Amino acid sequence: MTTQTAEHAVDHPTEAKYWRIFFFLFAVTGIEVALYYWSIPGVNINNAALGALATLKFAVVVGYFMHLKFDSRLLRRLFVGGLVLALLVYTAYLLTMGVFIDAPHTH
Amino acid sequence: MSATTVETHEAHGTTHETNTGLSNEKLAMWAFLGSECLLFGALISTYLLYKGRSTTGPKPHDVYDIPFTSASSFLLLMSSLTMVLALASIQRGDLRRLRLWLLATATLGGLFITGQVYEFTTFYKEGLSLSTNLFGSSFFVLTGFHGVHVSLGILMLLSLYGLSARGKLPAERSEVVELVGLYWHFVDIVWIVIFTVVYLIP
Repeated sequence: MTTQTAEHAVDHPTEAKYWRIFFFLFAVTGIEVALYYWSIPGVNINNAALGALATLKFAVVVGYFMHLKFDSRLLRRLFVGGLVLALLVYTAYLLTMGVFIDAPHTH
Repeated sequence: MSATTVETHEAHGTTHETNTGLSNEKLAMWAFLGSECLLFGALISTYLLYKGRSTTGPKPHDVYDIPFTSASSFLLLMSSLTMVLALASIQRGDLRRLRLWLLATATLGGLFITGQVYEFTTFYKEGLSLSTNLFGSSFFVLTGFHGVHVSLGILMLLSLYGLSARGKLPAERSEVVELVGLYWHFVDIVWIVIFTVVYLIP
């Protein structure tokens, strides 16, 4: 029988690192707002870029501020399980309802 | 033979065994947050389904004030920083700073809610209410639910502040702050999604 303590020796970020993460998130939010007003000439990637930036911010907050990057794998599975289930269910729902399909053009 | 793990509940000075080696409260909180993904997923997808199907105005981008909402987003993002600093403070036994950061987090959350009330009032004056059209119904339900979550979080933060002020939140009970912090950060990540999907993506 193995005995181990639950006092996980995790290396949480320092306060200085929390500030750096915050300024990073602040900068990303700034880029998001800029993308709302200005599009890159010749390419229509604003929506994809906004989605990618939101995903990045989401991952950074969950990983560093919520410490999931440093915490038990079981906790990660619990949260990611719920998140992936939600993404699958509601993507299927929106596809079924035709949300991502452009309305036919009328001439 | 399965491994036995020991968890120390420092708050009570007792030792309990759990199969996972993790605090049951923390496990429950993460399971709760996983289930909350499904709740907000339902609300966000309902908004996406209905936002373009209104037959009468106002439409989303007739009423949105992006600079104002960006400032609100900044406040909530800042509150995540102050929350994590509160947790770091109690973990190193600095209870005075813990109270300072808890109060800062609650204040930033309060400012966010004040902004939301202002936004809702402005939209109402511009002719958008819960029953005006499909966009109005789905928008107010989604952002209203989020606002209720933020408000509950503020109550939890103020409770922690009260406990600490009365000396009932010693450094050994830092997990209580961690659990409230997890809830608070979750509210923040939901807003990250809402801000992009509802406000920024046309």
